[in-house]
Amino acid sequence: MKLTRRDALTLGLGATAASLLPTRASSASADAIAEFTHGAEIGLGDMTLHVPSKVSVGAEVPIQITATGAVCVLVLATENPRPNVATFSFGPMLSAQTVTTRIRLSKTQDIIAIAKMDDGRFVKSQSKVAITQDL
Amino acid sequence: MALGVIPHVDLPQSVAIGETVVLKTSITHPMESGLRKDSNGKVIPRSIINRFSCDFNDQPVIDVKMEAAIAQNPYFEFTAVVHESGTFTFRWYDDDGDIYVETKDIAVV
Repeated sequence: MKLTRRDALTLGLGATAASLLPTRASSASADAIAEFTHGAEIGLGDMTLHVPSKVSVGAEVPIQITATGAVCVLVLATENPRPNVATFSFGPMLSAQTVTTRIRLSKTQDIIAIAKMDDGRFVKSQSKVAITQDL
Repeated sequence: MALGVIPHVDLPQSVAIGETVVLKTSITHPMESGLRKDSNGKVIPRSIINRFSCDFNDQPVIDVKMEAAIAQNPYFEFTAVVHESGTFTFRWYDDDGDIYVETKDIAVV
């Protein structure tokens, strides 16, 4: 088959479209964030998200969230088939707004935690986890 | 009742007043995501624990809305401060409607 100029252009367009595809997953995350914050501004604040920078498999990745003064924290894995991971609500008996758990990651990606603070503000923390083997 | 679902909670039996208590909780559960297929290519239906909560003397400590991205045998570790003797109640809510409950007494000395 002879590759015409038109074919070459179509191929190029296809490649461009394919390279844009990952934004679909981030848009699912954006929807989840909008639902959590109702569109409120997200600032910087007193929150840390501890994740390993590199793990061999994504089946049980430990994460620790510390959000002093938070009432609620949303956790998202941006590139998972379904980005929602968990929503933590902190009660008055909790001594520090710290929680540790283990999550599943389908591939290398950013983990996002968004906390709703007791004064109504929202703060965000983001960390990348590299997966060296596929699940 | 799903078979072989066993909750486990680790915390001290007694603490000094105002001392921080570390609570470690887990439950044996496959957390079937609903995204996997069996050997015949048929989707294995989702079956997860979708909520976990902990109360102390009926006051909320933590409440977690869980998705399928929580790893199997869901594990949560957190801390509480107790100012009186009482009971921690832990509840895991299964997709199949079951609620697994575990209680632990703690004495303030």
